[in-house]
Parts: sequence; C-alpha cells; structure tokens
Amino acid sequence: MRLALLIALSAAFLSSQAALAATLFVTNEKDNTVTVLDSGTLAIRKVIPVGARPRGIVITPDYRQIFVCLGDDNALGVIDTKTLTVSRSIPNVPDPELIAIDPKGERLYVANEEQSQVTVIDPGSGKTVGTVDVGPEPEGLSISPDLKTVVNTSEAGSMAFFIDTKTLKIESDVLVDQRPRVAQYTRDGKQVWVSAEVGGTVSVIDAQTRTIIKKIGFEIQGVQPELIQPVGILFSLDGKRAYVALSHANHIAVVDTQTLQPIAYVLVGERPWHMALDPDGTKLYVANGNTNDLTVIDLKSLKPMRSVNVGHLPWGVAAMP
Amino acid sequence: MLNLPRQPAERRVNSTVAPWRKLRKIVAISIAAFFIVSVDGKAQPQPVAAAPVKHLHIVYLGKHYSEPTPLSLLEKPVYDKGIQGARVGAADNNITGKFVGQETDLTEDILPQDGDIVAEAKKVFAAGTSLIVADLEAKDLLAVADLPEAKKAIILDIRTSDDDLRQEQCRANVFHLAPSYSMRADALGQFLLYKRWQRWFLIHGTKPADLAYTAAIKRAASRFGSRIVAERTYTYNAGARDTETGHQQTEQQMALLTQSVPAYDVIFVVDLDEAFGEYLLFNSFDPRPVVGTQGLVAVAWHQAFDEFAAKELQNRFSQFAGRAMTERDYEGWLAARIFGEAVLRTGATDAETLRNYMLSDKFEIAGYKGVGMTFRRWDLQLRQPILLAGPRALVSIAPIEGFLHPKYLTDSLGYDEPETKCHFSK
Repeated sequence: MRLALLIALSAAFLSSQAALAATLFVTNEKDNTVTVLDSGTLAIRKVIPVGARPRGIVITPDYRQIFVCLGDDNALGVIDTKTLTVSRSIPNVPDPELIAIDPKGERLYVANEEQSQVTVIDPGSGKTVGTVDVGPEPEGLSISPDLKTVVNTSEAGSMAFFIDTKTLKIESDVLVDQRPRVAQYTRDGKQVWVSAEVGGTVSVIDAQTRTIIKKIGFEIQGVQPELIQPVGILFSLDGKRAYVALSHANHIAVVDTQTLQPIAYVLVGERPWHMALDPDGTKLYVANGNTNDLTVIDLKSLKPMRSVNVGHLPWGVAAMP
Repeated sequence: MLNLPRQPAERRVNSTVAPWRKLRKIVAISIAAFFIVSVDGKAQPQPVAAAPVKHLHIVYLGKHYSEPTPLSLLEKPVYDKGIQGARVGAADNNITGKFVGQETDLTEDILPQDGDIVAEAKKVFAAGTSLIVADLEAKDLLAVADLPEAKKAIILDIRTSDDDLRQEQCRANVFHLAPSYSMRADALGQFLLYKRWQRWFLIHGTKPADLAYTAAIKRAASRFGSRIVAERTYTYNAGARDTETGHQQTEQQMALLTQSVPAYDVIFVVDLDEAFGEYLLFNSFDPRPVVGTQGLVAVAWHQAFDEFAAKELQNRFSQFAGRAMTERDYEGWLAARIFGEAVLRTGATDAETLRNYMLSDKFEIAGYKGVGMTFRRWDLQLRQPILLAGPRALVSIAPIEGFLHPKYLTDSLGYDEPETKCHFSK
C-alpha cells in the first residue's frame, strides 16, 4: 500500500518536474568530497566535505537523503538533499565501498571491502541489522525488484552470490570472470548482469536458475583488448538497453538487452566506472576517474554532449529530480 | 564482528617457526572452528558444497639464503619474504573455496642455506605432491626441476629474474612469476625513451646477478635507441649503515665515481646486493636522476603501490604479516592464487589438468595491476605490467603508453617469441 502510494507520488512528482533539471551528486575519492551539480547548466552548486575516501553513493527512493560510503572512516555519511550538508554519520561500518538501497528505502546493503562481508543497515536508525559472510573483496550489490534477493559480487573470488534478504543466507554462488565489480538486476528482475573488470566480459545470469545465459564481450576498433574493462552497468528506463562503463577503454558500451549484443560505443573521459541515469531517462551521467570529470551522454543520439570538471578521482554518481 | 581466518586451516611449519606464529596459528584454528559451527548452524546448506571438500596441496619449497642487509635503516632486514605472501594467497583461496568446497593446504618446507634441497624435493615428490612454489636460487631450482620425479610437476618460480632460466636454461616444468631482468630493463628503457633521457651512465657491481642485469640493460639500450655513454664498475662497500661517520666516506666515494664522464641524462645503477647504489642519489658529481636497482626501480610490486585495488592486498598482507609486502611476497601470493584459480575453474587438482588450463586461452590471473595476466607459452614467463617506483611513490607503469605489440602490450617487455632461445616445446 505504502509502496503503491510512493510510486504514485513519485510518478506525479516526476512528471511535474520532467522539464526541470536534475541535481547530480558525485563522490570524489581523493578529495573526500561530494560535488553537487545542476544537470541543466552543469554548474557546480556546492562541494560538500564528507569524510575519507568517498566511493559508493546511493539516494533514497524519496530523494531526501544520500548515503555515501566513507571507506577510510569506516562510516557512512548521510547528506540531507535539502540543505546539502552532512546531517549525520553512521559509524562502525568497516571499509564500506559500494552501497545499495532497496526500492522501498527500508534497507541499506553495504559491501565491506576488507572484511569479506556484506552489512545490512537500517537507514533510519543507522543500526546494523545483519551481516553476511561473502567472498573476498565484496563489491557489486543489486536488489531484486521483488526484494527477495540481493546479489553481491566478490572481486577477488570471481563470484556472484545470491543472498536471501530474509534469512541473509547465501542461496547460490555463480562463478564469473575475473574481478567482478558490479551486479545489476534487469528492470524486469529476470536477469542479473555482472561485469568482470579484468575478464573483460559481462555475464548475463538467469535470476531463476542462477546460471549464466551469456557472456557479453566487447570490441572497440583501435583499443587493445586488455584495456576493455567493464565496471558500471545501468539499464534504460524501458529496460531495452544496457549501458556498460568500460574503464580503461574510455567508452560506454550500449547493449541491446534482447539480442545481448553491443550496438554502440560512446567515447567519454578516462576510466569511467560508475554512472547515473537522469530521472527522466534521457541522459546518462558518467564519472571519469582519471580525467576528473563527468560526461553527459544524450541517450537518444548516443552522443557525448559535454564533460565538466568535478573533483579529484570521481567515483560514483547519484541523480535527483 | 567476525574476521575471516587469514591463515590456511592446515599447514605444516618447519622447526624454525617463531613462537608468536604458533600462537597465531592457534587463534586461526579457533576462528576456523567457530566457522564450522556457524556454517553448520545454517538452515540452508548451499554455501557448503555437498560433495566432499577438494584439497589443493601446495608445497612451498625454499631455503634461508643469506641476504644482504639493506643499506638504509628505513628498511628492516626481512627473513620471511615470499612465504608470508603464499600464506595470504592460500587464505584468499580459502575464503572463496569454502563456498565451492575447495581448500588450499600450504605446506611450508624451508631448509637452512646448507640444506640438501634435492633430497628434500625427492621426499616431497615421493609423498605425491607435484604442485610446487619454488623460493629457490637458480642452481637449486634447476636441480629440483631436473629430477625425474619432477617431470610432470608444476614448479612456480617466485625468486629468480635470470634471463638464462627463461632462455637456454628454460625448463618445461618451471613457470616464472617474477619478471626477468630483461623485462625490468625494458620497462625502464621504455620510460626513459618516453622522457627522452637516452644517454645512460651505467654503474654496476660485479657479482653474477649484477652482470646479468647489466646485460639486460645493454640489450634495452639497443632496443630503444638509447646510448650507454659510460660504464663503470664499483665494488667498494663504503657502508654508511652502522658506521659513525659513514656519510663522509660515501660523499667522497660517490662524487669520485661519477666525475669525468661524457654528458649523460641518467645514472643507471645495478647493485643487487645493496653495496652502494642507494648512495648515488644526491651524491653524484652532476645533478642527475638515478634509475635501476635503486632510485627509480622496475619491480613487480612496491609498498607504495595502491592502484587497481592494490591497497586491499597491501592492507590484507600487512595486517597478517605485520610488515610491508615485498616483491617476493607478491610472487608468493600470486603463486598460491594461480594454483587456486586453476583449481577453481577446472575443479581438478592434478598437475596435468592444471598445467593444460594454465597454458590455455581460458586462463588469466588478476593480480591488482589492472589487467589479466597470462603465461608466455614459449618460455613460461608470466606476462605482467612492471611498476616503476621511486623510493616513496609510484612513478609509472610499463608498458608505457605508446609502446605497442600486436598481441599483448606486456609482450613489449622482455624476450618476445621470435627472439626466444627457449626450445623445450619443440
């Protein structure tokens, strides 16, 4: 009931705001800050000091709060999106790298990189409600649309773990290629896509049978194969396309989710890892770690429109309507 | 909060084990025991494979060779390089292994310097182990590799850099994880060409290893169109460490050593035994950077390196070993991981299957250097990026941008297939 209401409300909110610019939040790993930009003008509205080594970033479904992983502080910073300040901090979260929130906004899942663990946190109280022992160097996290399963990747163990969100037990493990960084459920929840940075592939996993349907490879003319390193994965609002950030290949791959074939490559800055979709679905924002900038891609023409400087070593992006 | 055990659950330690390590072993076992209880308590059995646990038996075969005391007091003498890395690698294997029912058992077999390595190796092979991590110098390595019992073994060499062992003296059962001297020299050669610092003043020691590295540097000079404008040897150990007024001697010695030479861009020093190299920095007659075995070094691993998630391995290692990770520790870690990866992917633990896998197109190992690493089939050398590091920070990573290769960029370092003199495969 509450969920339906929330969806209805946010849909109304979305349509009324559709023409307006979004607000973007970018974590700068080496600056210990989050850069806040207006997506229309791409002007920087504010630079928020957040704490040591900010990487993973997630916005709540009601867009009121942003949670930022502060790896070297062993904490999460919480940004109030109205005041654009850090309103509170959640301590005792060991080496958080990447964070996901369920669509109801009731649970945070955090990958604790050095602990081989995933921590489940109540966003309101900041209390840890559970932990799951997973593989070494956990990173990617994605929650199934039905909220029943969370998938976590183990970078050093080359695995994707399917975890029951109720019991917090691992139900299945799927061996993928080397250094899996990101897991992403498709919009319909039928598949989980897992990128392998060093393996150079994206494994498409059947969410039901938990077996690999296909490994998608990438090829860009003039780019050495070993530089093609898939990291971030996002799906278009209609679910028909996937966008895969290829890190040292300096491109975003556009993949047809029906044929599972790459259909285009978009040149961005150097070392793109994580991305955010504009809430209206028309643009993609890409954080380029090595060029310290953010590239805006128009998803209709698949052209890079502009790049703007943000902070030092931008890592993750979140977008708010 | 539960920390995963950082030690393999089972390991045989030789008699030289320090008491503190025994203590830690007990802690590790008790953590492991706790684990079993917590795993058993789970309602769903999936994380623990139904099949019996598959054991990967690795023997770490080494010797306590005498090693030079570092010239700088900043660097403590370390007597357990290599093995500490292998322990962390085995523990890494076991974190993943517990989900798939695989366990790495690392047996540590490290002899004193005068120990009989051949007799020891025979015992190891007779016991049925054929997966070896070799922390052995060239002579001992070959003695073990040439045993008839070793024919089907996989020996991962984590210690040597000799080009000989990858060329005329290559063996079909020895895989080299450490970069060769020629790979190191080429890495520096690429960097110096990129900087246009192409006039080299070569100063080297006279021990066999120094001469081997020197030969690789001369090869690099001709490959990259650089020039060795002067070559000098140095043998005197001025030794400022533990000498009250040592710096006064080195100041004079190094100035003398470096004057009256034609114009040059860099000093290329080869001093593997740490007799003088460190003192060339800031003591040379002309103001020039120092590269080679001191100054800017070409290494597989460096304690200042934190890119490509390397920081995670650095932290994991230093928490475990209580010191920084050396190059040989990295190779030891890599050796355990390579065996672990091959077992994870094939589900087999026999040498033949693992060897075939390691030499197949399917194999690659991630080693915190940004690219998957594979073996060159013509000499069993691991292809890998080489770090170029100053005393306190990473400077660059070779292959340097712009140095291309039709197959693997990393094959621009060292002896490529057309140049190889290794012919075991033919």
